[in-house]
Amino acid sequence: MSRDDLKATFFAECEDLLEQLSEGSQAMIAGTASEDTVHAIFRAVHSIKGAAGAFGLENLVTFAHCFETVLDLVRSGDLVPDTDALHTILRSGDMLADLVELAQSDSDEIPEAMPAILDKLNELAGIEPGLEAGAGGEETEEFFGFQPVVFDLMDEAGDPDESCFRIRLSASSDLFRNGHDPVLLFSELATLGRVETRCDLSALPVGAAFDPERCYLNWEITLHGQATETAVRDVFMFLEDLCEIEDITAQAAGDIAVAGTEEEADHAVQDDVSIAEAAPAAAGIAPMRTPSRFTPMVADETPAPIELALAAEAGLAPAELADRPKGPAKAAAQVPQTTLRVDPERVDRLINTVGELIINQAVIAQKLLETGLATNSDIMSDLDDYQYLARELQEGVMAIRAQPVKPLFQRMQRIVREAADSLGKEVALVTEGEGTEIDKTLVERLAEPLTHMIRNAVDHGIESPEKRMAVGKPALGTIRLSAAHRSGDVLIEIADDGAGLNRKRILEIAVSKGLVPSDAKLSEPEIDNLLFMAGFSTAEKVTNLSGRGVGMDVVKTAITSLGGKVTISSRPGEGTQFAISLPLTLAVMDGMVIHAAGQTLVAPLSSVLETIRPRAQDVVPYGREGQLLSIRGTYVPIVHLGNLLGFTSGAPITSDNILILIRSEHSGQVALAVDEISDQRQVVVKSLEGNYGAIAGISAATILGDGRIALIIDTDATLNLAGDLGRDLTLIEETQHAQTAAMG
Amino acid sequence: MPKPQQWAEDDVLEFVTLKAGGQSFCIEITQIREIRRWSPVTALPQAEQAVLGVMNLRGAVIPIVDLAARLGLGECDASPRHVIMVVAVGTKTVGLLVDSVSEILTVNGEQICEAPTMGRGDVPSSILGLISVEEGMSRILSPGVLLPRGIMEAA
Repeated sequence: MSRDDLKATFFAECEDLLEQLSEGSQAMIAGTASEDTVHAIFRAVHSIKGAAGAFGLENLVTFAHCFETVLDLVRSGDLVPDTDALHTILRSGDMLADLVELAQSDSDEIPEAMPAILDKLNELAGIEPGLEAGAGGEETEEFFGFQPVVFDLMDEAGDPDESCFRIRLSASSDLFRNGHDPVLLFSELATLGRVETRCDLSALPVGAAFDPERCYLNWEITLHGQATETAVRDVFMFLEDLCEIEDITAQAAGDIAVAGTEEEADHAVQDDVSIAEAAPAAAGIAPMRTPSRFTPMVADETPAPIELALAAEAGLAPAELADRPKGPAKAAAQVPQTTLRVDPERVDRLINTVGELIINQAVIAQKLLETGLATNSDIMSDLDDYQYLARELQEGVMAIRAQPVKPLFQRMQRIVREAADSLGKEVALVTEGEGTEIDKTLVERLAEPLTHMIRNAVDHGIESPEKRMAVGKPALGTIRLSAAHRSGDVLIEIADDGAGLNRKRILEIAVSKGLVPSDAKLSEPEIDNLLFMAGFSTAEKVTNLSGRGVGMDVVKTAITSLGGKVTISSRPGEGTQFAISLPLTLAVMDGMVIHAAGQTLVAPLSSVLETIRPRAQDVVPYGREGQLLSIRGTYVPIVHLGNLLGFTSGAPITSDNILILIRSEHSGQVALAVDEISDQRQVVVKSLEGNYGAIAGISAATILGDGRIALIIDTDATLNLAGDLGRDLTLIEETQHAQTAAMG
Repeated sequence: MPKPQQWAEDDVLEFVTLKAGGQSFCIEITQIREIRRWSPVTALPQAEQAVLGVMNLRGAVIPIVDLAARLGLGECDASPRHVIMVVAVGTKTVGLLVDSVSEILTVNGEQICEAPTMGRGDVPSSILGLISVEEGMSRILSPGVLLPRGIMEAA
């Protein structure tokens, strides 16, 4: 594994850790945090710091270190965080995420807000602000390190080459069941140097709760010798999750010097090893002995003094002990969470192959039918099985790509926080349906539009606290972000409890920007939808947040490109709701198989409104060559698909043509004239860009049952090709020019 | 005659020779993925003339380029007797429609001659070099010329 690979793994892990961090700090704010939550946050920050150190990411290490110090105080109970402190913790999490991002882009830049947050952290940690400024990670270790005493006796210590490791092995309850034997581990470790083992019995349950096949023991092992860390880690290779290995060479050198002679240390070692060897055996005997030795009442307290004594000897802080009895429980909770990290490319390849399998199945089915076999013949029923299995396989593979929306939603928490802060508003984001799974690509591509919509909700939706109070609402505004599966689609809703859309103002703006005629009579939903028009931005002054010139039209375009729809509804005084509905996956879509100019094409079903076989009187000529379809009192331009794509030129639209009414996001409705509609089916989407390139008007390709390729038309781009056909009918002439231009 | 730069004198190279537009060409064997019979393709809108369309190669969508048309040797009237050579150019896979595939040539680097300049001093960019064969000579095609236009810059 190269360094770059390692780094990539590091960043991938950081993502998970940051997610845990953000989730945990949310829980702390919400007051639902348990002790474990704080530990989880601490561990996340600690892991990031550790790995960042290995890659020499100093900014990250410095910051993570301060953060960790505060979290350590919190988890030890020395610091009971008030709202302000919790706020700082949240901020720090955000900052850490920023730093990781900066590190990922190889930037050494220090974010503007970092010194302020560092000062706050130091304040919480009881350090004078400014003291930390400029101090490197190593120096601060002495101030904040939670090893309480660091003896600076290196010079007097014996062999300078001698290394020392502290290994904490928190046994999993399944340790024995999985075939591990601590004694073997210890004896292997003993080949690396002198071993000191201490066994922590505090987790031993009493009475009926005791399961003789489970391991309740935790060990703390100190290894003196010339071993390298890798060698030590190798010993615990299969128990990586259960043990914590720490290089305490410097510290130990001091300890030994304090302890006095080497011989004394040796004695201690021998004693402890024998205890360790006895330990598993002791565990086996325990059920018989415990009832007589302990009563349930005192069982919890009994081990404590012993442990404290042990701890004092080992130089451990009481704070650290506090969480140790939880060791087995935590380990047990972590074990079932085994996940697999797979290169997405491999999954994509698998999905492709499965797609092929399905096409291949269709090809075979078609060929068999052509041979005139009876549909009830054996082979046909086998083929049905084949089809069934192939579908099953496809669903399974698709599920690999599916990801819960949780990380995406969690990112939105931060967006809300930042937006609310900079606008002086109080907003809470409530999320629902975080477990809803959607295609990974969708999760990624949804991030930007969602961010924008959330920002909009905070900026335009939620009123200022004063305004809210004035109308009798709580000062704290709420934005609800929810996800759910609904009839094969994913529905994501963003609802705020703000003032609702100011329709009068929207209409005014639209009129002043010339988006609608001043005498237009628009229904309420029509006005709401003006928000999605290009060139519309309601921000009265350009704010840092939503007035970046990126309007809701961009959001709509992004959602549409994912095959989704976005709708808006609003009630004055009660709030605004945006609903995004998306297909579950991008790899398969519903399409209508059509023929035009001798070519087979697929139109995405999501943009087809209806198909029409027009009566002669419904098609009216318009301009030199243009034609309009009269439908329910409105006129819709007709475009010959073959001409538009350049397969034919100047082919006339005849009464034999079937019209497909499609909706375009920008230009209203257009009727595409095609020769025939042959089928409506699910198609596997194949990119054209891999081996060829982008083609205007074509979004991708698919493979039909006969093995031939059919192109999937990109309805929006198709219409752009034809020019802006929508509302202004006089544009038909220009359309013809655009067509000619496109063909030339 | 000077030798082209990319091949050392003692390299042993294998080329597949083919006929397109009545001339003999060859492509280094390492670039060739497979050779298959011509089958109808799906036409692409707004494509250059030499790009006949796209074909399904076990699930991959690959463009088919009429090599003769691409080299300006006239369009090939595709029939089932024609052959498609699937070649890899960079990260892309492209099918070349050719008249026929002849043989595999094994040559030393020293047997490859530099493509002669055409009077004005410019070397045809599509030809990397020449190899003498029994019935005349074969032209080594430059990979870039195999790709459809428009993606050439990107490749």
